[in-house]
Amino acid sequence: MAEKYVGKRVKRTEDPRLIQGLGHYVDDIKLPDTLHAVFVRSIYGHARIKSIDTSAAAKAPGVVGVYTGKDIVAAKIGPVPCAAAIPDLKTPDYRVLATGKALFVGHPIAVVVATSRYAAKDAADLVQVEYDELPAVIDLEKAAAGGPVVHEQFGTNVAYKLTAGEGDVEAAFKGSDKVIKQRLVHQRLVPLAMEPRGVLARYYPGEQELTLWTSTQIPHLCRTQVAVMLGVHENKVRLITPEVGGGFGSKLNVYAEEALLGWLSMQTGKPVKWIETRRENMQATIHGRAQTGYVEIGFKKDGTLTGLRYNVFADMGAYFQLLTPAIPTLTGLMLSGCYKIPAIQINVTGVFTNKMSTDAYRGAGRPEATYVVERALDLVAADLGKDPVEVRRKNFPAPNEFPFKTATGLFYDTGNYEGALAKALNIVGYTKLREEQAKARKEGRFFGIGVSTYVEICALGPSQAMPAGGWESATVRVEPTGAVTVLTGSSPHGQGQETSFAQIAADHLGVDLNAVTVIHGDTSIVQYGIGTFGSRATAVGGTAVYYALEKLKEKATKMAAHVLEADATKITFAGGKFTAPNGKSTTIQEIALGAHVAKTLPPDMEPGLSATYFFEPKNFTFPFGTHIAVVEIDRETGEIQFKRYVAVDDCGKVINPLLVDGQVHGGIVQALGQAMYEEAVYDDQGQLLTGTLMDYAIPKAEMVPHMELDRTETPTDVNPMGVKGVGEAGTIGATPAIVAALVDAMAPLGIRHLDMPVKPEHLWRIIQQSQKKPA
Amino acid sequence: MIANQFEYVAAKNLDEALSLLAKHKDNAKLLAGGHSLIPSLKLRLAQPQLLIDISRIKDLSYIKEEGGQIRIGAMTTHYLLESSALLKKICPLLPETATNLGDIQVRNRGTIGGSLAHSDPAADWPAAIIALSGEMVAAGPKGGRSISADKFFVDLLTTELQPGEILQEIRITPAKGKVGQAYMKVRHPASGFAMVGIAVNLVLDGAGKCQSAGVGVTGVAAKAYRASEVENALKGATLDAKTIAAAAAHAADGVEINSDLAASADYRKQLATVYTRRAIEVAVGRAK
Repeated sequence: MAEKYVGKRVKRTEDPRLIQGLGHYVDDIKLPDTLHAVFVRSIYGHARIKSIDTSAAAKAPGVVGVYTGKDIVAAKIGPVPCAAAIPDLKTPDYRVLATGKALFVGHPIAVVVATSRYAAKDAADLVQVEYDELPAVIDLEKAAAGGPVVHEQFGTNVAYKLTAGEGDVEAAFKGSDKVIKQRLVHQRLVPLAMEPRGVLARYYPGEQELTLWTSTQIPHLCRTQVAVMLGVHENKVRLITPEVGGGFGSKLNVYAEEALLGWLSMQTGKPVKWIETRRENMQATIHGRAQTGYVEIGFKKDGTLTGLRYNVFADMGAYFQLLTPAIPTLTGLMLSGCYKIPAIQINVTGVFTNKMSTDAYRGAGRPEATYVVERALDLVAADLGKDPVEVRRKNFPAPNEFPFKTATGLFYDTGNYEGALAKALNIVGYTKLREEQAKARKEGRFFGIGVSTYVEICALGPSQAMPAGGWESATVRVEPTGAVTVLTGSSPHGQGQETSFAQIAADHLGVDLNAVTVIHGDTSIVQYGIGTFGSRATAVGGTAVYYALEKLKEKATKMAAHVLEADATKITFAGGKFTAPNGKSTTIQEIALGAHVAKTLPPDMEPGLSATYFFEPKNFTFPFGTHIAVVEIDRETGEIQFKRYVAVDDCGKVINPLLVDGQVHGGIVQALGQAMYEEAVYDDQGQLLTGTLMDYAIPKAEMVPHMELDRTETPTDVNPMGVKGVGEAGTIGATPAIVAALVDAMAPLGIRHLDMPVKPEHLWRIIQQSQKKPA
Repeated sequence: MIANQFEYVAAKNLDEALSLLAKHKDNAKLLAGGHSLIPSLKLRLAQPQLLIDISRIKDLSYIKEEGGQIRIGAMTTHYLLESSALLKKICPLLPETATNLGDIQVRNRGTIGGSLAHSDPAADWPAAIIALSGEMVAAGPKGGRSISADKFFVDLLTTELQPGEILQEIRITPAKGKVGQAYMKVRHPASGFAMVGIAVNLVLDGAGKCQSAGVGVTGVAAKAYRASEVENALKGATLDAKTIAAAAAHAADGVEINSDLAASADYRKQLATVYTRRAIEVAVGRAK
């Protein structure tokens, strides 16, 4: 296969329409006679709903219907699904509207349907909800210990306890020269996709067909679940994801509103639309992270790691969304980082609180793991007085030790951790930088260098290890005109599969890129698929495309052999042309036309030229890399200035370096958000104090450092293209590097750890304190 | 935006706006650039029955020199102030403040008058206008009047403007001599408003002594204020590092300092002190 497009910085074919505002997101889909839904949501974190008076709202102008929990119970709408399989899991009954109690601010209590969004909002303001406020369950560790409970029927806030890992950690600690323990907080984050969620539902009563346009990462899984919730035939539900303006995991879910909107359209016989406001998005779309844990790491004097234990409280929020309780298990899987650690144990306590559910947010459990391991490595280095780089090198598996088995039960496919580290150190000029730091410290400046060497788990994943199937599907067709159609189950939400999958197909078939159209996100057009999440689209979805292309090419070759009157094994295919040993040739376009006209087919061959492939990966892939942050802190104000940011990522073979750079850029920015700015803060009553973009700080362009990106390329052997995945690398690799740099800057004051988000005020206080101490 | 229902009138001139305001009183809100009002409407914190759009009144958008004063129409956008060649020459504090305000989109629509009349405690303009001892000209049913910067900002979101009055013009008498000005700001990481904003307007004499000093502070208290103790410590003094630092230590004297998730009162005080010192140092460096 000649690589005309693969590996090149091909500009995104999606962009012209998006940049010009010509794309169609859910809110851009306009249907005649559409009704609009507005939700009445709980203003309390924890309250008994004494009564709901909808009479004034029902009489308001334009109102078609007002519905509450009673209605949805009567209609037998099923609960919001959770796919996580965890032993002895306490799963609360999550109704699409609150019944009895409101368990978090933003919990939907009633929905108003009216002829306009404004009329619906006016009427929603007239719904009278009488509450008995109850004590809210907010602090994770207190909630696990006792006190008021979120779900009375369980009598406890502990949703589950789970232990995982291999090796005898206690024995490992006993055999260590030292064990260090550190409390770590992974604060709660709001995913904040640029496009909020939104649903448009249209029910045709005659055909009994429900079409849902919804902003999701998983069209087919969502269709299945909505059909189950509504008790309708799955093949009568069509789910379409038009443009999706970002997800970051927050749309890897099935939400109450998705089923409810379908039901509202069935009730009213008209299309019903709901577009989430930003405030709703912050209150009632899943949050990420929210773990508080204690890491213990054992080591020898020479820096060799002996064992690691992580006891963690994971904030579930009030209910489970699709994968809520499963996220911390990913943390457990990745606790070996890119190091040889003979014994590892994770003890998870899942805790209910009166907050929005947590779930997958870019990285989903892996940023937490990487942060735990990287912080621990830095603590070991600081304790031993060694350079953090040295301790890392000491514990790397060598490239020839792959597949590398971890004490968390994984087999890392391929890796060259030293390669990426050496390259990053070289780019940043590490030795000189440490000299510069020594000089700066002599001058009383706070200058920090943070290094994070990470490995992540991508290409989710083998179906055995996934709650709802981990394969992916693709269909490739060459139409009679020679146009190539690719249907992928990996419906993108900004990643650029329309471009990258077209690159793969164009190279494979020797056609122009613009001859290829990638179609996704319509369950009536595309074969069943899983979706885009877990850095899987290229490695799993792209591999399905690859194999579908191989199948198609095999058929086309047989046809060409027939047409050229040659032996199929002797036909060569290059540049879109099949050539026989005698020099006669035919093109893929001619073959496609012939396959459809079907007059000169070989005997027993089906007409048409298409192939479908469902790819089941045998393993995950394990991309890795090194991120280095260099910062200086203003000693008077604690303000943070980035001096350098270097990232060397290895995501295996690269299909489109431009897309990979974009993924890394975006991931680093979100990591910066966690390291220094973002935090969803609930007060003791469960009020979300950071419920608008005036309060919740996400990095703006001016806050983002210049990023020096580079790569090493270690292909995986899990798939034929050698691709690993890169969607989450930034949030995984960058957070610990930035925190490490900040800690390193403060190290002369005896600081070994800082909790996120590391804010200038906190740094200033530390400096202030140090100045008060007698010298 | 799911605001409540309201009527909208684009006023053609100031008189029309004044008469609409007189007629509808509290039920009406003036719409300028809309960067504070529209978010309030979205959240239904403001539910006016009538919006009187004054941003399209051409006669209210200008920057000119007249009678030894700089006159700025209230509906002049931040962008026009930021890019004004005249202001860069005779009152660079104004363009510098504008540059620090919001982002390009905000600066293209937002207006100086809208910002001043809103008296947001973290807005940038009030600090600059106080440092420059500007005058606000208000038009009202009984005619016009001039209000000094020190009287204009009354409290949180409250100005000296009376019901029925519209801010028409801002007048600034440019300082003469060795003038040094600076605006420095620590942005709130979420909103971009000033966690602390310091505007400095100095005039030095030939020997380098401080003839006059204007220091406006925003983001620190319920309203922007004049740091009088800082000014007093500067006036008449030779502005060496020690004098400046000592003066800056008074940046938050006598005010109740804001405390919120972004910055505690202690920290704001520290920022105000440090940035007052830095802004004065920059202004002194620029004085010529």
